[in-house]
Amino acid sequence: MKPKSIAIVGAAETTELGVIPNVSQLQLHADAALNALEDAGLKLSDIDGVATAGEVPTNLAYYLGITPTWVDGTSVGGCSFMLHVRHAAAAIESGLCKTVLITHGESGRSRVGTSNSWPRGKSTLSAQFETPFGAVAPPSMFTIPVLRYMKDFGLTHEQLAMVAVVQREWAAKNPRASFRDPLTVEDVLNSSMISYPFRKLQCCLVTDGGGALILTSAERAKDFPQKPVYLLGTGESVETPLISQMEDFTTSKAFRVSGKKAFEEAGISHSDVDHLMIYDAFAHLPIYGLEDLGFCERGTAAEYIAGRNTAPGGELPMNTNGGGLSYMHSGMYGMYALQESVRQMRGIAPAQIENAKVSVAHGVGGMFAASGTIVMTNEAP
Amino acid sequence: MAKPNKSLPRPTPESQHFWDGALKGELLLQQCDDCQHTYFPPRPFCPKCANRSVSIIKASGKATLYSYVINHRPLPGFDNPHSIAVVELEEGPRMMTNIVDCPQTPEALVLDMPLTVTFEAMSEDIKLAKFKPAEA
Ligand SMILES: [Zn+2]
Repeated sequence: MKPKSIAIVGAAETTELGVIPNVSQLQLHADAALNALEDAGLKLSDIDGVATAGEVPTNLAYYLGITPTWVDGTSVGGCSFMLHVRHAAAAIESGLCKTVLITHGESGRSRVGTSNSWPRGKSTLSAQFETPFGAVAPPSMFTIPVLRYMKDFGLTHEQLAMVAVVQREWAAKNPRASFRDPLTVEDVLNSSMISYPFRKLQCCLVTDGGGALILTSAERAKDFPQKPVYLLGTGESVETPLISQMEDFTTSKAFRVSGKKAFEEAGISHSDVDHLMIYDAFAHLPIYGLEDLGFCERGTAAEYIAGRNTAPGGELPMNTNGGGLSYMHSGMYGMYALQESVRQMRGIAPAQIENAKVSVAHGVGGMFAASGTIVMTNEAP
Repeated sequence: MAKPNKSLPRPTPESQHFWDGALKGELLLQQCDDCQHTYFPPRPFCPKCANRSVSIIKASGKATLYSYVINHRPLPGFDNPHSIAVVELEEGPRMMTNIVDCPQTPEALVLDMPLTVTFEAMSEDIKLAKFKPAEA
């Protein structure tokens, strides 16, 4: 993708976030889609490309009454939407379609009308070689590498707790955040043990919600009601569906490959980044993300976070919506990281970073299984 | 036999030998006949060089504790709390397992501690490779 050739011209979350027992999963997609269309000043008939995960794109296109000429159902977990953005940019640039709608909706908490069951089958690699040992849920799977990181780099329980503390400070500024009361390291370390060394307040929320994005070419973007947000660089990769087979438990190969690709394409250095989102299903993810994206040297990110560098007033504001730990987490959180990056680039975020010009949204899929990275800017080509 | 566990694996043609071995108390890995790469989980080709000529080898059963969590949430088929661990085999590959015959505490479960394999019957057809602290 040529930097700034594609723009996000519509972005919205579902009308409500949190506990939404009266709306099905498919309708959460639709609610977010209709909000994004309104945001962009478009009609459904203007959309000629659709991408989604969690629901197959057929369900979405039919339900909304769209007849697309381009479809992407890439489903690699919570970062799927980063990959959709990347694929949509390529599709628009090569003329396969003009205006792409990307949706997410998940009844993660209320489980109304959910279509995806997990775990799947009894013969998959996971079902044969991980599930029998009780590795059946993210809190006791995604967290497995951390003790190795703690031993190799001296990461402490207190530092791991600080990730949640700092993000709660951001959440306090956000009226839509699920949890807004201040937290201390003690609060975190006294919360109930979920999966040692992880306590409840180091694990993401489980809520209902959705979000949608609309992308088109930068030339057309000028004619839309909202300030366009241009794509600067994109990356994606996958490593393994088995957390036990991750090459190195202290670093994610998918993160490194995806991040490098996005930064290279954007032609930026780390000091150019004004705002950062790192998918935080659990408290260790921002630590791995900061290092694997190259913001911090190996083994130093926890200290960087504990030193308030990513907190309000810090040099690298990160997870400014409160993150999956405090804002919301439906299951596939990547969409909300993208939404916050768009809000920051439009200048309308509840915890707005002044003069922010470049934002990076970095996502994870599965348990370090997949990754997608999107670099955005509000500076016109 | 262990408590009933609904999530019993169903072998595939490519993994049948591994499960047959486990039933006999043998931990089986595969090794490339060309580049000698030893790997797990099973597949009928070398994931390093794509060679289809591979041999089944019997692992020593010796391993070290690479990383783990101690799950505190109730889970059918498991005593609570229980470890979910990844061990590094003497031959190189890592695999997921549970550490047994050992208190399920951070004090008792020390990274890099030596372990040996032990097989736990889950059904007539399935035994799982678990690991216990090596005899001193
Ligand atoms: Zn080979």
